[in-house]
Amino acid sequence: MGLQAILFPDMVSASKSSKTKASATVKMALHKNDLSSETRLLLYKKMYLSRKTEEKIQAEDKNDEMKTPMHMSMGGEAIAVGVYMALGERAQVFSTYRNHAIYLAATEDSEGFLAELYGKSTGPGGGKAGSMHMANPEKGVIFSSAVVSTNISPALGVAFANRQLGNDKIAVTFFGDGAVDEGVFWESINLACLWKLPVLFVYEDNGLAIHTSTAIRHSYNNLAAIVEKFGCHTIEYGGTDVEEIFRLTTSALQHLKSGPVLMSLKYYRYLEHVGVNEDFKAGYRPKEELLRWQKIDPVDTQRARLVKLGLEDEVIKLEKEVSKNVEKALRLAKTAPFPKAKELYSGIYYERKKNN
Amino acid sequence: MNEKRIISYQQAISEALTQEMERDPRVFVYGLDVADHKASFGSVAGLVKKFGPKRIFSTPMSEDSLMGFGIGAALNGLRPVNIHIRVEFLLLAMNQLINIASSLRYGSNGKLSVPLVIRVIIGRGWGQGYQHSKSLQSFFAHIPGLKVIMPTTPYDVKGMLTSAIRDNNPVVCLEHRWLYWTEGHVPEESYTVPIGQSRILRKGSDVTIVTTSWMNVEAHDAANILKKRGVSLEIIDPRTISPLDDLPIINSVNKTGHCIVADYDWLNCGFSAEVSARLSEKCFSKLKSPVTRIGFAPTPCPTTRPLENLFYPNAVSIIRAVEEKLKLKKADLSKEKFHTWENKFKGPF
Repeated sequence: MGLQAILFPDMVSASKSSKTKASATVKMALHKNDLSSETRLLLYKKMYLSRKTEEKIQAEDKNDEMKTPMHMSMGGEAIAVGVYMALGERAQVFSTYRNHAIYLAATEDSEGFLAELYGKSTGPGGGKAGSMHMANPEKGVIFSSAVVSTNISPALGVAFANRQLGNDKIAVTFFGDGAVDEGVFWESINLACLWKLPVLFVYEDNGLAIHTSTAIRHSYNNLAAIVEKFGCHTIEYGGTDVEEIFRLTTSALQHLKSGPVLMSLKYYRYLEHVGVNEDFKAGYRPKEELLRWQKIDPVDTQRARLVKLGLEDEVIKLEKEVSKNVEKALRLAKTAPFPKAKELYSGIYYERKKNN
Repeated sequence: MNEKRIISYQQAISEALTQEMERDPRVFVYGLDVADHKASFGSVAGLVKKFGPKRIFSTPMSEDSLMGFGIGAALNGLRPVNIHIRVEFLLLAMNQLINIASSLRYGSNGKLSVPLVIRVIIGRGWGQGYQHSKSLQSFFAHIPGLKVIMPTTPYDVKGMLTSAIRDNNPVVCLEHRWLYWTEGHVPEESYTVPIGQSRILRKGSDVTIVTTSWMNVEAHDAANILKKRGVSLEIIDPRTISPLDDLPIINSVNKTGHCIVADYDWLNCGFSAEVSARLSEKCFSKLKSPVTRIGFAPTPCPTTRPLENLFYPNAVSIIRAVEEKLKLKKADLSKEKFHTWENKFKGPF
């Protein structure tokens, strides 16, 4: 019996990796009828919330009141929403600076979200976190890190603890194609596979690390194929259909019982690396790319499906509701108080209460 | 209870770990080679047999990822103890330690805490050279959100490590390799020594010596020798580098008017500079002489013994500094015996 078996005897009989062929499943998915209208509408609602909120941020940018470097999710909403919806409240999310969509998908907390961007005491980080560290552990977004790849390995320890404690939480880490340039990604894949840790690795490949394409950073083409060699179950998908990502993530749950799963997903970053604007004039990528991807825009795609399914009234209703909530959240964020001066020094260390 | 029970520093460490692992099933130990036959220089002796491989296990050579692993486990309710057999190896994990562990409580507005203990061993002698000898306490202490402890005695290491494991903050515990052989009174039952409390190791009246880790041994030798000449040193071991309890130091210097900070580290931007600055701020009018600092030569640590001997300060450095401060004649020290493990420590590691 190897050390592995001694350490984690219940995890020895790990399933073999398998791969889901993306192109075939996309076509099939359009005709699938396995999701309830409720689920389909909720998938749309969460994406719409993210899109609408970010559009509001863009509109407010001229006022220069949100002083926090923003890495916008626009274009990538289907990944955050599809993955989160499949995991639900079991998820323990470790995110990056590009966290708006996942934060809103997990919490639907536009009030706290906008307050945090405005640096207000009513934000989930009390203004100490801002956009780059947007999180609310009580609602499943444990933390977001602004140093690329830094949010990967903590998910391993969380998964380890979940197994030790015997709870049903699922550690999920989101990272981009820049993060896999870092050594710690490979250390973490090795560890997760070696110890069969139930971690969901969500590889959000937008082909760019800041402004540098994978073509001039990666010596390989297919990350999933390499990760599979470690013994990791992998799922690849290149589309923007939130329902398909939801299904694929649901299929990952079974495999997570016996070890890590890596989902290799693609999307297109609509805006500049950091900031609220387009930057196609910079010349590092052509606008034609955006136009091509916008034809399969995740939010529009899901809306069109819902309309086709006869759910237009419900769509319009939820859009109104979301827009109203975002407007209200913005108003509240603007009028909320900044943290008091004493807050500068609070929370550096955990301190036991006096009578404790 | 045996009041006079004497055990070694390394035994005190493994006793603290054993008692905490018995007390709290959430505590586990991991790191490079911790479960091997050498048991991290004996400091985790017996733990594998007693607790099994789920509670103490060796890991791949992946310090960076494994620090994150510990942070995650701590966030989710476990209490990990991560061992690094040299400070230099811990440097591979600085991103997680400094960008994540130290900051999560603050950045989460007090919602998260990271009860993670990082035990680190400082090497010295028999050719440890520039990558097996660093202590770097100032480097860690520079970071808000980390606690940094440097226990010197067997009693303190048991009590402070116990405190560290029960602490809800990340704690870096720096243990000098040579101290592992020191012996002293250690109660058998579990007890805590609070983090953030300096200790007066020796009462005195003429010069205050603030000193860390192994330098306490040197200061003790210096004090014994100077005592024969009627000079009395007060030795203060801060034990916790951050957050520093400076009050006993300030009170002592207000009394003696003289202070030497003999830190087991480099001087530049170091802990010795921090103590000197605080004394300048808080005892300026009581100082009879400028604060003197003693530390490593400002070079990487050389391997060959003759140069290594020049790199490290020792009891003689302290005695000479006291003589200069009090304008005493240089004593002949050729007949004196000093503590050193250089003859005992035959390497290799």
